[in-house]
Amino acid sequence: MHSAHTPFWVRYLLLLLALAWVGLWILLPVSTVVYGAFANGWGSYLSALADPESVHAFYLTLIAALWSVAINLVFGLAAAWAIAKYQFRGKTLLLSLIDLPFSVSPVIAGLVFVLLFGGQTLAGTWLAAQHIQILYALPAIVIATVFVTFPFVAREVLPVMEAMGTEEEEAALTLGASGWQTFWLITLPGIKWGLLYGVILCTARAFGEFGAVAVVSGRIAMETNTLSLHVEKLYQEYQSQAAFAVASALLVIALLTLVAKSAVEWRLRRALTEIKHAPESV
Amino acid sequence: MNSLSKRRTLPGFTPTLTATLLWLAILVLIPLATLFWTAAQLDASTFWQVVTSPRAVAAYKLTFGVALLAALANGVGGFLLAWVLVRHPFPGRNVVDAMLDIPFALPTAVAGLAFATLCSANGWLGRGLALLGIHAANNRLAIWVVLTYVSLPFVVRTLQPVIEDLGTEADQAAASLGASRWQTFAWVLAPQLLPALLTGMALAFARAVGEYGSVVFVSGNIPYRTEIIPLVILGHLESYHFAEAASVAVVMLLASFMVNGAINLLARWSRRHA
Repeated sequence: MHSAHTPFWVRYLLLLLALAWVGLWILLPVSTVVYGAFANGWGSYLSALADPESVHAFYLTLIAALWSVAINLVFGLAAAWAIAKYQFRGKTLLLSLIDLPFSVSPVIAGLVFVLLFGGQTLAGTWLAAQHIQILYALPAIVIATVFVTFPFVAREVLPVMEAMGTEEEEAALTLGASGWQTFWLITLPGIKWGLLYGVILCTARAFGEFGAVAVVSGRIAMETNTLSLHVEKLYQEYQSQAAFAVASALLVIALLTLVAKSAVEWRLRRALTEIKHAPESV
Repeated sequence: MNSLSKRRTLPGFTPTLTATLLWLAILVLIPLATLFWTAAQLDASTFWQVVTSPRAVAAYKLTFGVALLAALANGVGGFLLAWVLVRHPFPGRNVVDAMLDIPFALPTAVAGLAFATLCSANGWLGRGLALLGIHAANNRLAIWVVLTYVSLPFVVRTLQPVIEDLGTEADQAAASLGASRWQTFAWVLAPQLLPALLTGMALAFARAVGEYGSVVFVSGNIPYRTEIIPLVILGHLESYHFAEAASVAVVMLLASFMVNGAINLLARWSRRHA
């Protein structure tokens, strides 16, 4: 549906400018990562990835991401269920509170947990007395990651649950299904694409989080250094090629995320339009 | 009331709402309250001194100023991209469209590393700029580059659906009434797109203000010159000045909330015009 009266040189000029803009901001950094990773050949690329510190950083990031996704999955489903299926006062306020972490700068997100667990507060002194290590360890990394990814699952599941309405679940309950059966057999299949979409966004952010994790993790090599932090460490140590090699692993994860995201996006949009049209035809 | 009583027949309201509120309190509200509580440990005049110290003020100016410039750049570039993607289909459009999500998906540390290398004296961009007598490394220019990158998708993604809904009827009508292309653009299309454009730019601005990961790679972190607000906060934290760190954080947080409020107003205006 392009404007027919736009002369062809204007169209080509606009297209050229747009592609140049994408090339400058997207293709240039991406190709820099690939070029930098292989600057010294395959051998040093693989040895940079197989370095014990890199491997440990990868495991740590994976575990932290899995925990964060699992926690946000449970919370996101509970929040979406309460908000989508019932009417109550303060719903709008609750929604904006759930969105709150998105407007908090990552460094502040890390800072609040350092303050909370750092020993000056009741929580901090109690935890110290129990010898529970939260800061500068996996728990803090997970908590900070959960904070920055807090709204993703709830936000993506909510519109699908709202669009579904409550009729099907009510029918299942009337026919004698239990609450859990209804959830597994009716609700979950209905929201699966929204849920998956939220999980993908959450995973991508959890894998790449830098600021919040940098503040709470203590950046101890082989202990609390995540992939993103490891990239910075290598860069500071002037191991540019190793930094790019580790960065290229994150790039691959990001590209896989994008592919998964567009695949799910398409299905989610179709599911939403199907839901929208179905009730009217009944 | 019928719909209300009908809705309550589904089980699970009390447990899910309780879990949500409890979780929200533990993870978000109590930690944020701790931030305000820690800042309140300072008396009013000390608080004021900390948050208006020359170093902090320089950081506010830099962070908000460069974020604004990044939002402006994205206003122009994002408008162009959204327009071309919707109005002028070309082979490979879907690939370009999907690529625009890369700044959302790629960890900021990776982008920071790439741009730091690109802007360095012997990087691809740095060499070109050096010919023009511009040193991009450890400079405000490099901060602008990464902030423009991290906030790139917002304007495009806000404008795309609006341009799609616009259709071509209005500008064809204007053209048939004898309006030139520029007249059509300025008087028919631009006013309808302005609310969405401003919303996208405000979102880009909010994202750029909070950015940390990529900036530390490129900025050199020089106090008064290339130090952004998060670095001032971390500086206080590293010297165990918790209340001072919290104070600057509170100022930044309140500023973010104000930007968010403005975004909500813009979005409402945008919907009214849609």
